[in-house]
Amino acid sequence: MKSPEIQSREYRQLICTACPMGCTLEAEKEGDLIQVKGGRCQRGGKYAQDEITNPRRVMTTTCVMEGGELRRLPIRTTQPFPKNRMDDFMTFMTTVRVSAPVFCGDIIVSNVLGEGIDVIATRTIRKKQPAP
Amino acid sequence: MPRDIEAEVVVIGGGPAGMAAAHSAWEQGAKSVFLLEREKYLGGILNQCIHPGFGLQVFGEELTGPEYASRYIEKLGKTGVQVMTETAVLDLEPSRTIRTVCPRGVHEFHARSVILSMGCREKTRGMIMIPGTRPAGIYTAGLAQYLVNIEGYLPGRKVVILGSGDIGLIMARRLSLEGVTVEAVVEVRNSLSGLVRNYVQCLLDFDLPLLLSHTVTGIVGKERLEGVLVSQVDERWHPVPGTERFLECDTLLLSVGLIPENEISQKAGISLSPISRGPYVDETFATDVDGFYACGNVASVFDLVDYVTFVSQKAGEAAASHRPRGKVRFVLQVGVGTGLVIPQRIRNIEEGILFIRPSQGFRETQIIFRKRDEVFARKKTPICRPSEMIRIDIPSIPWPPEGGEVTIEITGNPIQGI
Repeated sequence: MKSPEIQSREYRQLICTACPMGCTLEAEKEGDLIQVKGGRCQRGGKYAQDEITNPRRVMTTTCVMEGGELRRLPIRTTQPFPKNRMDDFMTFMTTVRVSAPVFCGDIIVSNVLGEGIDVIATRTIRKKQPAP
Repeated sequence: MPRDIEAEVVVIGGGPAGMAAAHSAWEQGAKSVFLLEREKYLGGILNQCIHPGFGLQVFGEELTGPEYASRYIEKLGKTGVQVMTETAVLDLEPSRTIRTVCPRGVHEFHARSVILSMGCREKTRGMIMIPGTRPAGIYTAGLAQYLVNIEGYLPGRKVVILGSGDIGLIMARRLSLEGVTVEAVVEVRNSLSGLVRNYVQCLLDFDLPLLLSHTVTGIVGKERLEGVLVSQVDERWHPVPGTERFLECDTLLLSVGLIPENEISQKAGISLSPISRGPYVDETFATDVDGFYACGNVASVFDLVDYVTFVSQKAGEAAASHRPRGKVRFVLQVGVGTGLVIPQRIRNIEEGILFIRPSQGFRETQIIFRKRDEVFARKKTPICRPSEMIRIDIPSIPWPPEGGEVTIEITGNPIQGI
């Protein structure tokens, strides 16, 4: 039978994206302690730490635009959003409808899904003018 | 607006290159600058690139494509640059006469300088000769990106992507987020074509398989695509017999390369490089025809919009200065290990940047500058990949006193896999 200490030890291989080198990192997690090997610089350690404990991504997608010159409004999160809630984010964004006009940088959703992060418009879309 | 228009600088194409060039030409003091754009909006392809990753070098922050475009649209609004959207160039003459058509009519511009910034277009199925039937469901990755991000349509439900370039990787993520099944990304090379970061965030994040040294060898389906045949390939990219298998899908996206769009450049008598597929240019992005400049992806496909902005600023400044051009001092050729170099001509060694694309990935890279048998400069970089251009400041190179033909070679330890 394995001892509990060994069971709590976790290995993970990661490719560092902190810079274009793309180092392969070997991360070993034991309790709260994470040891990282294989990086050519210090940034790899921070990258692995974040990727293991709290992976996040800036989310971008589009939502429905009403009365605008275009049918879809591109949006993004202002900060990186928890990776394990990407699906929730996408599902939530299908419910969002925005009326024209909207300006690049406007807040579309504040504190999205309670994560303390806002969703902003990334393009200016004017009202659709009725045909003359 | 009169039919005939005298202009100091006319910029053709309102994407990132054209916007930066027009802005710089104005800042440089050009009195009448026109920016002609075929579409209804400025911004070009940036508008459909809704993902982040743009602008780190130009704006010092990470923006999405539409945001990057918005920044430049705003900058242009503060200048006297005259923007004409929904304006198509019909004809271009070496005398710098430009005939256009737009909803307001036909115009003829007489320009002192012309800046070509029409961008590039995607390679299609016909250009890579995939055999099989011709069903619906085969798109270039950029077209699919337009359909999803601008029009709000999904191209299909089950997708195979051919080519591991960045647009293909970005679309793999985009479609996965929208609930589409991405069966595989198929890459004929033995290494990734796109950025490592995109491999991690677009494929690994969604557990999507990357099939290196594989290609699509057949299309199956009559009305709609039903699947593709995928085979392993050898070092010469020939399919290995007996490895063919069927992947069920209703959509195939092609991310197999971009080609500068130079139909109208040729009307002006500008000669094109068979390597970059764009005009031969010097360090100010002047072409070989007097008064014509070519910047951004129409000159050569760049990997970052930030680089496009940089070279287009150079072109805009030069076009507005109307400086007499010196003689071409160096002609740059690609040698072993080098896929591309831009600019290919150097007149003035005191300004500009060389962008060099390796033909394959290397670690412990050396970039070697050779004039005949004599190596006059070596530059080192720890790693290089075909997806990322190497940049070298032209003044940092100890150019030989006598001009002539220079060959650029790249050596190192080849990278295989990711």
